[in-house]
Amino acid sequence: MYLAIETPDNGPVTYRDNKRWFWLLSLVNPLIPFVGIAGQVATGSALWLLAPLGLMFLMGPLLDWLFGEDENNPPEVLVPQLEKDTYYRILTYLTVPLHFVVFFGCAIWVGTQDLPWWGFLSLTVAVGFADGFAINTGHELGHKRTRLETTLAKIVLAVPAYGHFWIEHNRGHHRDVATPEDPASSRMGESIYKFARREIPGAFHRAWMIEHERLCRKKVPVWSFNNEILQSYLLTAVMQIGLVATFGWIMIPFLVIHNFFAWWVLTSANYIEHYGLLRNTQEDGRYERCQPYHSWNANHKYSNLLLFHLQRHSDHHANPTRRYQSLRHFDGLPSLPSGYYGMYIVAYIPWLWYKMMDPRLLALPHIDGDLKSINVDPHERQRLYAEYGRASG
Amino acid sequence: MRNMAGQVAEYHCPGCGYVYDESLGDDHEGYPPGMPFAELPDDFVCPACSVRYKEDFVSAKPA
Ligand SMILES: [Zn+2]
Repeated sequence: MYLAIETPDNGPVTYRDNKRWFWLLSLVNPLIPFVGIAGQVATGSALWLLAPLGLMFLMGPLLDWLFGEDENNPPEVLVPQLEKDTYYRILTYLTVPLHFVVFFGCAIWVGTQDLPWWGFLSLTVAVGFADGFAINTGHELGHKRTRLETTLAKIVLAVPAYGHFWIEHNRGHHRDVATPEDPASSRMGESIYKFARREIPGAFHRAWMIEHERLCRKKVPVWSFNNEILQSYLLTAVMQIGLVATFGWIMIPFLVIHNFFAWWVLTSANYIEHYGLLRNTQEDGRYERCQPYHSWNANHKYSNLLLFHLQRHSDHHANPTRRYQSLRHFDGLPSLPSGYYGMYIVAYIPWLWYKMMDPRLLALPHIDGDLKSINVDPHERQRLYAEYGRASG
Repeated sequence: MRNMAGQVAEYHCPGCGYVYDESLGDDHEGYPPGMPFAELPDDFVCPACSVRYKEDFVSAKPA
């Protein structure tokens, strides 16, 4: 499908989104855990329950490597047309019910089948990861200004029990990104395991403060249905208590593990998106506006298709309400050596992460080896200055 | 749009197109109709994109 426009200066401009039909992959992604169940049904072997995690973490980096990067951008004059095309937003709407289907489908399987412990664990972790991507869908929807989209964001965020995300992310993370104050921006020398202990409670606290302030301005009680965090939590509570009531105690480990790994997916994304990057303080004491070089990017085709272009992260922070199909690649920005799937695995092995990312961070043109331009973990400051600091300081 | 004193009463986010109209306020954010832009808190950020500050907002040009 071609988009075209007649411009006074440059004549006709046309564009064909070469990813258009490939965006349908985003509908397959939430369903990956069903591969395990289907395999077990077909063969009778519980070994199939290991397949979904394998598919996610072997296929992700492999297909990123195989299909490579894509630097294609839509021409700016055609972006309004591209954003109006409802096809793209229908895909985000459709992923919402799919997350419920996979969540309940796997809960029912775990609740009714006699699975070996490792099969139970593997499937549960896989559903957790799959529903972590519900946060990605909630992210895309939660940035939009239509009532339908923000409502769908609250609904889909109920699956991973993370209803506070879109408030915390839009109003907190986007405001504070790449500063030491942001619990969702990782610091140089901070492992993902240390980061998670700052990020998960920090995000919850900031969301609650922001919503508390808004409700106080509106002069309505914080503990009321007006609270948009509680709206989503209520749905979570109904679903999760309902599962325990229906299938008994087995649902408790299922839900705890599921919720944790869904949150962990977000932690992983937050960890790699702004690692070490720091906004300067201006003369008026405020931080400079978020610049394109305050985010790490990846142009890998496969993972971008599964993640609604989340990896084109600089443009997302510059234009948070821009729809996923219009997000652009820019040359010369901080870029990750692989897509998110590959980088998640690296992040889980801290020494490998530092080895890969610290030199990359120091080599960025706006940092040029200067640790003062980096968001450094205060507890690691001495060590990092000894290792990388300049003689002049 | 102008308010009763004939002053410009609409302020636009230069990044995302959000408009603060003083005559309407912003109910979701808890700013009542008629609340002047100047009286919004100093740490006001654009309710739509959160990446533009109060001082970034531009008043609508007089028609
Ligand atoms: Zn804005």
